[in-house]
Amino acid sequence: MERVAVEKKVLNENDRVAAELRQRFADEGTLVFNFISSPGSGKTLFLERTLEAMPKQTRVAVLTGDVQTDNDARRLARVGFPVQQITTAGACHLDARMIDKALAAWPGERFDLLLIENVGNLVCPTSYDLGEERKIVLLSVTEGEDKPLKYPGAFFKSKVMILNKVDLLPYVPFDMQTARDNARRINPDIEIFETSCTTGQGLEAWNAWLRLQVELNQVKVLAER
Amino acid sequence: MHEMGIASSVLDAVRIEAGKYPGSKPSRVGLRVGEWAGVDRESLRFCFEALVMDSDLAGLQLEIDYRERRNRCERCGNEFAVLNYEIRCPRCSSEATAAIGGSELDIAYVELEE
Repeated sequence: MERVAVEKKVLNENDRVAAELRQRFADEGTLVFNFISSPGSGKTLFLERTLEAMPKQTRVAVLTGDVQTDNDARRLARVGFPVQQITTAGACHLDARMIDKALAAWPGERFDLLLIENVGNLVCPTSYDLGEERKIVLLSVTEGEDKPLKYPGAFFKSKVMILNKVDLLPYVPFDMQTARDNARRINPDIEIFETSCTTGQGLEAWNAWLRLQVELNQVKVLAER
Repeated sequence: MHEMGIASSVLDAVRIEAGKYPGSKPSRVGLRVGEWAGVDRESLRFCFEALVMDSDLAGLQLEIDYRERRNRCERCGNEFAVLNYEIRCPRCSSEATAAIGGSELDIAYVELEE
């Protein structure tokens, strides 16, 4: 019997494709965010509100992943930016190859911002790098404030947390401070936005931050050329 | 939920490694799985066994080296296990600590028989 050291990541192949995507996004000046959450936390409406506030001259595209149906793509496309549905036909997450394949449907197009809505799931999507600049995790107040502790991977790997549906706080036993503290126990540097897509609360701050990130990325691209 | 895909990736990697040693048969594969890797070990084992059964890799054993979350203190250099999400350094109480382990999802080795 002989033991051979392998020392490879299990998701080596996904990481390889993700690294190619990341290089391409850097070359093309595309800022990419990967949105992760449980099903029903309001990702799609949040993205609709985000798109509605984007200046029309910003080149934004959206990839939205679901196990079945193109309902989300149809909702998001109404705002007028290019949108593609990725149906995973059973898979509980998006992987880098699915992103690469979806982008091939927009040949020659360059985007300033690519928003990826992952499949609703706080576990599996955290393992798959999609070449994004950052992961953003959504948590709605109708879930438990201990979600960051139950699913630490998602909160550990995200740089931003959106605490969504805050208009429902009067009706649910959700403690905002505990939720914030739990997220910071897992990830002390996580940035937190509090939003309601129904009343619009907090969306202005989020949208201003997003526009700033797009501008900073453009400056970075120009500086590197 | 994605353990089937992970098990399948592991078997692909085993086939590639074994292919480098013609005539050998892989008997065991060793993984490192971190506490925060988002992988359920029992589910992974179940998927692995289901895929291996009746395949060209029948009989292949899976060994999982489970790695707890570990942080290193940026102030005093202490390395410690993170228990109950407590990231403060147990030696100097600093909160400036960074993860050094616990997110692994690696293939460490393959054992081959002639």
